[in-house]
Amino acid sequence: MQARTELSAQGCLGERTNMTTETALANNNINKPIISESLKTTITKTFKTLLIPFAGILVFLMIWAGAASKIDTSLGKFPGPSAVWEQMGSLYEEHSAERVKEQAFYERQEKRIEARLAKDPDYVPKIRAYTGKETFPDQIFTSLITVLSGFVLAAVIAIPLGIAIGLNKTLNAAVNPVIQIFKPVSPLAWLPLVTMVVSAVYISPDPLVAKSFLNSMITVTLCCLWPMVINTSVGVSSIEKDLVNVSRVLRLPALKHVQKIVLPASIPMIFTGMRLSLGVAWMVLIAAEMLAQNPGLGKFVWDEFQNGSSNSLARIMVAVIVIGFIGFLLDRTMLQLQRFVSWDKAGTAS
Amino acid sequence: MKWFKPLKSVALSALISVSGLVSMQAKAELGYPEKEELRFGFIKLTDMAPIAIAYEKGYFEDEGLYVTIEAQANWKVLLDGVIDGRLDGAHMLAGQPIAATMGYGTKAEIITPFSMDLNGNGITVSNEIWKQMKPNIPKRADGKPQHPIKADALKPVVEKYKDDGKPFNMGMVFPVSTHNYELRYWLAAGGIHPGYYAPHKGDTSGQINADALLSVTPPPQMPATMEAGTIYGYCVGEPWNQQAVFKNIGVPVVTDYEIWKDNPEKVFGITKAFAEKYPNTTIRLTRALIRAAKWLDENNNANRPEAVKILSQSNYVGADYDVIANSMTGTFEYEKGDKREVPDFNVFFRYNATYPYYSDAIWYLTQMRRWGQIPEDKPDAWYVDIAKKVYRPDIYEAAARSLIKDKLAKVSDFPNFAEEDGFRNPQTHFIDGIVYNGKKPNEYINKFSIGLKQGDKI
Repeated sequence: MQARTELSAQGCLGERTNMTTETALANNNINKPIISESLKTTITKTFKTLLIPFAGILVFLMIWAGAASKIDTSLGKFPGPSAVWEQMGSLYEEHSAERVKEQAFYERQEKRIEARLAKDPDYVPKIRAYTGKETFPDQIFTSLITVLSGFVLAAVIAIPLGIAIGLNKTLNAAVNPVIQIFKPVSPLAWLPLVTMVVSAVYISPDPLVAKSFLNSMITVTLCCLWPMVINTSVGVSSIEKDLVNVSRVLRLPALKHVQKIVLPASIPMIFTGMRLSLGVAWMVLIAAEMLAQNPGLGKFVWDEFQNGSSNSLARIMVAVIVIGFIGFLLDRTMLQLQRFVSWDKAGTAS
Repeated sequence: MKWFKPLKSVALSALISVSGLVSMQAKAELGYPEKEELRFGFIKLTDMAPIAIAYEKGYFEDEGLYVTIEAQANWKVLLDGVIDGRLDGAHMLAGQPIAATMGYGTKAEIITPFSMDLNGNGITVSNEIWKQMKPNIPKRADGKPQHPIKADALKPVVEKYKDDGKPFNMGMVFPVSTHNYELRYWLAAGGIHPGYYAPHKGDTSGQINADALLSVTPPPQMPATMEAGTIYGYCVGEPWNQQAVFKNIGVPVVTDYEIWKDNPEKVFGITKAFAEKYPNTTIRLTRALIRAAKWLDENNNANRPEAVKILSQSNYVGADYDVIANSMTGTFEYEKGDKREVPDFNVFFRYNATYPYYSDAIWYLTQMRRWGQIPEDKPDAWYVDIAKKVYRPDIYEAAARSLIKDKLAKVSDFPNFAEEDGFRNPQTHFIDGIVYNGKKPNEYINKFSIGLKQGDKI
């Protein structure tokens, strides 16, 4: 039965798409000489999918360049596209130079260990990690890992919780006020509390992950938690009666019921919640990194702001663009995932 | 020395018990570091240079130390990092270990085996205030303002603001920072009251009876905060005074070299627990820092341009080369175009700059008492006692001796350890001409016309 629903839903969507294209074509055909239909479709398509966005970006760049040259800050002119491009190159060069230094660092370390072993044979050598600065690509990587791990942790907590709430009206009534109150709180407000708790609780002589990483990650988790819980519970509680009845008739045990009926039926809503929260989490993470000086793109932005050199603004602009681009990619990835697992294709229009 | 007697035995025995291990090890071969991976914090200021140089020149690695250096958001975050162990050590305001040890702010036992530099700060006012101040400043024959510029020139301006009912706000970097005390010293020497603290009444704003209201702003944000009009002037380390000149938003009026010639500035702070747990590491990191400081002052500042290049990297100070070079290479630009020679603006090694003198610590304590951060009278012996808890020339001496032994430094580079008692000779070069003798803190406090004296209480 479920398979049928899925099929029909797909069918429906397919028809709708065809119809829109046809209408568009029909409109285009009015008062125009007839060329090859297919060529025309291709042109229109290319025009719409490539040229228009390209033109949009071009106009944006022009406005940016024009406006930038008119804004004088105490750190020089506001960076235009060319200055930002230049800094992108220099950030990459710094990254390469740092890798060379890293290589030399390990070579020196090896020699030092050998020398010490010759004198002190009991010494148990341990290779120490590179101590140099984190380059821009390193910071990007740190932020990405942080956001993803916080996100996964949130999903691990929120989805089971959401299912439980969705299935049980009493539990829902009990938990709902708490969720409603915590939902609108910016995770940044939690940050000081998180920091203090982590530094009090997480004590280990040889920690697996840094405290700063844990702080950022928990902030991301707190941010992702509520939208995921709410969406999951709504998804679960609004399963079609028919499906629930089928489960009753078949007398499925509780776990089987969740596995075979609840999860597949509420997956679209769960993924909507996940996609929503990932977007917010990415924004919040940058702010949290700036505030708590935890490694990542946020810290990069803040450090550059504090440096106040003549390149600082352009470098911050590079970070802004990269943050936007990564946010976009994260959203697209979630969208693809959502499309892949959703049967009803609702809410996946863009 | 009579006042010193009863305490001497206590302080000495304390010292011996703590430093017993240290001195024994200095005589024998210096052992390998107990902790190899270290994390040091700093604030983006040029006087963090010894840490950057020790890293870049491989001095830390020579000691078998793998050090990660990390910029901190502000002095509070930095101090908390050292206290809670996130950082193993840091570039600190001289007042921080002292205040922490006596429990003003966060209570923690922080010590310093190494004083990082002398001088290096300046006081800058906004263009608007400069315009109003300038007519009150005596001119030289060539028409340029005569230095040092005293706060007397600022007094009428502050009074005008006061009469208009407008608060005269100024920025400094931390309540126990050198900058706070220097700004207060300069203002008070010119008859402007900078306000008292009353921590016993819960008032830590430091604005009681104030003509000029001082508040905290992190160093790198000073220029931006003044540009926004929130403060009319500030006292901060480099490059943030020169930055104001480059950005055309303000004019540095006086350097701390002129307020007190060769005043002690930052220190390197670690917890007492760290020093006790890792004695070899402590001596080794002190060795690396001494070598770095020596390199910075070598051959009459010949290495400074290279140092500036390193500091201008975005992970250290990160400001433009020219901005940092302005003060690091022996000059200082006041009003735009008025560049003057100040060869000792930044001193890292000369004049025993790195030796942790007790008298330096005591000067900070006298200023804390003067402005009410220490709300009650303390006997002279108390000042010495705190200074000896915090400043640890014994560790410095062990490091210096082992450097001499390894032929990495000369005996003449250091004070004569056999005779050194940790007190500088009475210092005379203050802007108001008052002489400071570290052995008589209470007598010193009584000399100021503005400030709490013996017996005073808010």
